[in-house]
Amino acid sequence: MRLSFGQLLARIGFSALAAIIGILFALPLIWFIFAPFNARAELGIAIPDPWTLQNFMTVFGNGFAMRGLLNSLIQSVGGVILVAAAATLAAYALSRSSIPGKSMITYILLLFSSVVSGTAAMVPIFLIVSSVGLMDTHIAVILVFAGGLLPTAMFILRDFIDGIPKTYEESAMVAGASPVQAFFDVALPVIRPGIVVVVVWAFVNIWGSFLIPFILLRSDDLMPSSVAIYSFYSEAGTPIVTLLAAYSLIYSLPVVALYLFVSWKFGFRFFGGIKA
Amino acid sequence: MKKNFSLLSHRAGAAFLAPAAALVGVFVLLPFFWVIFVSFTNRTLLGKTALNPDFVGLANYFQLFDPATFFTRGQFGFSLILTTQFVLLSALVGQALLGLLLAWLMQTIPPALKRIVETAVIAAWILPEVVIGFAWFAFLDYDNGTLNMILRGLGLPAGDFLLQQPFWVIVIFNTWRGAAFSMMLFNSAFASIPPSYFQAADVAGASSWQKFRDIGLPLIRGHVVTDLILITMWTFNVFTPFILTNGGPSYRTELLSIYNYRIAFREFDFGKGAAVGVIIMLINLAFALIYLSFGRKKAKAVQE
Amino acid sequence: MASVEFQNVTKSFGSFNAVSDISFKVADGEFICLLGPSGCGKTTSLRMIAGLETPSSGKIMIGPDDVTHLHPKDRQISMVFQDYALYPHMNLADNIAYPLKVRGESVEKRHKRAKEVADVLKIGDLLQRLPSQISGGQQQRTSLARALVYPSRVYLFDEPLSNLDAKLRLEARGFLNHLQRDMGMTAVYVTHDQAEAMALATRIAVMDRGRIVQFAPPIEIYRRPATTFVANFVGNPPMNMIPVEGIVESEQLQLRAHGVLVRNLPLSQGIKAALGKGAALTLGVRPEHLSMGTINDTNTLSGNLFANENMGPEKLVTFERQDGGRVTARIFTDDMVETTENVAFTFDGAHATLFDAEGKRIAADGERPL
Repeated sequence: MRLSFGQLLARIGFSALAAIIGILFALPLIWFIFAPFNARAELGIAIPDPWTLQNFMTVFGNGFAMRGLLNSLIQSVGGVILVAAAATLAAYALSRSSIPGKSMITYILLLFSSVVSGTAAMVPIFLIVSSVGLMDTHIAVILVFAGGLLPTAMFILRDFIDGIPKTYEESAMVAGASPVQAFFDVALPVIRPGIVVVVVWAFVNIWGSFLIPFILLRSDDLMPSSVAIYSFYSEAGTPIVTLLAAYSLIYSLPVVALYLFVSWKFGFRFFGGIKA
Repeated sequence: MKKNFSLLSHRAGAAFLAPAAALVGVFVLLPFFWVIFVSFTNRTLLGKTALNPDFVGLANYFQLFDPATFFTRGQFGFSLILTTQFVLLSALVGQALLGLLLAWLMQTIPPALKRIVETAVIAAWILPEVVIGFAWFAFLDYDNGTLNMILRGLGLPAGDFLLQQPFWVIVIFNTWRGAAFSMMLFNSAFASIPPSYFQAADVAGASSWQKFRDIGLPLIRGHVVTDLILITMWTFNVFTPFILTNGGPSYRTELLSIYNYRIAFREFDFGKGAAVGVIIMLINLAFALIYLSFGRKKAKAVQE
Repeated sequence: MASVEFQNVTKSFGSFNAVSDISFKVADGEFICLLGPSGCGKTTSLRMIAGLETPSSGKIMIGPDDVTHLHPKDRQISMVFQDYALYPHMNLADNIAYPLKVRGESVEKRHKRAKEVADVLKIGDLLQRLPSQISGGQQQRTSLARALVYPSRVYLFDEPLSNLDAKLRLEARGFLNHLQRDMGMTAVYVTHDQAEAMALATRIAVMDRGRIVQFAPPIEIYRRPATTFVANFVGNPPMNMIPVEGIVESEQLQLRAHGVLVRNLPLSQGIKAALGKGAALTLGVRPEHLSMGTINDTNTLSGNLFANENMGPEKLVTFERQDGGRVTARIFTDDMVETTENVAFTFDGAHATLFDAEGKRIAADGERPL
């Protein structure tokens, strides 16, 4: 197709505009490319001279911060397993069984999941957790996240399962499979991409969250990275820039890796709101 | 007994639903009712009323809506109005418009550039909130921050924006943080329009703006409404600015979520905190009902 | 193999009756087609045989067993689905052998049997591929292989050829016909394509709005359609249906309408009975029974030329009678239509099919079974 001069100009204009917006978005993050590798980093952008891994070495030596990464991992993986398993089973039931009132259940779930936000429910969540004696435990954080993320996870998966032809399971059953066999042999493998989406989504949510562990945890050795990162502030409350930068980078890596994984595997399609 | 065949029997279906139902029941439904209950008491974290709270009726609500202090900084009314402005500016204007603009640009620019811009926008959205908070803290630093470095380089006056313009900082911060969602939603909406619609317009000689106004926008109207309601709800409940400003200076960025946190977990007044929670939930409920009724209408329209 | 029997089966969804009180029997080794437009209840009937729907009332028998409430897995049947339902995560070998896997057969036995069946269907070289890596025709044969891999009492087909393009469909149809001759399987085959039903079935059940309108061998369905609905549905192009007025003159039947002149048809008992209720009849003539003629012939249909479509060996000539009704004739390509006005076609009175005011076919006197 041949473009007229005006169209060409418009294309160049659009590209320039997009590039400028892209740069504006990247600006606050550019600092992270350099500071972690600069032993004398400050809040300004400076090319490291020399490039060094010294900051990372210091961070690796910080037991509390390392413990934070492990805690984040425990809470995220625990929450993800619970969310993925419970949401898959529930979404399958909502999609494939003829339980009376299942559309009502979906409606109520959606309604409550959007009404009861972490912000609105922090007081009762705190009270419930403390009244069952789970205050200051990994389990508390895992359960609260599982409960909070489940409605959306179920909704994403139900949508996904609804889009899968029932003939998969029907053909399996006609061929002699029991409902349980049809679920595990045929349905589950077909649903797997949907489960991956939910796993990634739930992981990113729990990994990055601050408020819930901040409220529910007390002990230093249970704090996830999002809270442990504050150990890189001095007594006076000023940040130790070099270590914070390095730690932030390490802490962000799993999220970035997951993004790259999803983007490579699925071309980062849109999945109805990957973040709540 | 006459039973219809289904892929999953009622009993199996109930068993499949049980774990999720238990979790959602305890951590979503129960808090909903509990927060209403607590809001009618004078429960605190510590002291006598921690264990034996008294029923105080609507006292917490009267306190929140006390006309004498309603608009005072650091009070409920101030936070409510601040939050409303925050939602209007950062979500409805900032995220939605920027997202729409980005999504439209993505349709025309070269794929390589598209990937780079998308990555920057999405990075702002997926990185952990504490990391983002710190990045902005560094970005806005008066002495060395990237922003002031650029401003000085351009011969413009530098500023300590977190102190001087904290509200605008969190508005721009939240626009930056959340534009990716709107962009992706509109991207997928545009992608669902058959290319032949635009080609037909090209053949008819339409300009890019005309194609956007006459074809693109009307066809994604439903997505626009979805987007507006979702980002409104999320922005209304967002806690992330706390990491950047702690609600300060002097309560000038104390959004409702941060106000609620301060009342409940800094001043340990659970009763009042719960009352704030109830009001937040009522506002959420209003948005959710609008959203769901819209969704139902759309589902019906699709069926017909 | 086994027989299949429906006894007064009704299936309702809410207040809507998808299938209304149907009864029929498929004999052992018979190939039955359920034919009808979408929504006529044919697929629901098939799914009830499979156990994927439960009748609201009535009974379904496979062989000597009442299977009405039996789970699909316990029915010893196989089914080919319209969308093939090939499992995307399994290669062809595992897809074909899946029924053997759930029956607890060993891996070696499974793969040996899958290979045998696949070879018959000419997909033996593709067994390591995934369903997404083969063509539509190959996918169709894979789903057929999965249905044939284990011994089954009844074979069910839910529009198995409708996702294929025209050429492949003909090929697959021929293969299914061959298979039926070879195996003598009991089969129930759902389709909305009348040509497919004619080609494959030993008997066709034509369905309309949840009921069976006619259940007969293909040739009878074609030559003696029980109702105007069947006449309209079977044949391509369908039978020409012309509302006419029936008049008795000297003990013979005359038919009148715009552009219609039919004289001296035998006055049968059936016609007498129909005329007793009113003069309005419907004349049905198949396009291939019309040939070029003149206005003066005994039985003529005439009007102005509307379309003249060349089909290769034959052509379809459509003309419009004065009241706007169109009539299509199928004639040899070499027969030229010279004029565009008052084109006349003639037919043998023996080829006229008459329907009464209710749309039922009027039988001739002394009709013998075909």
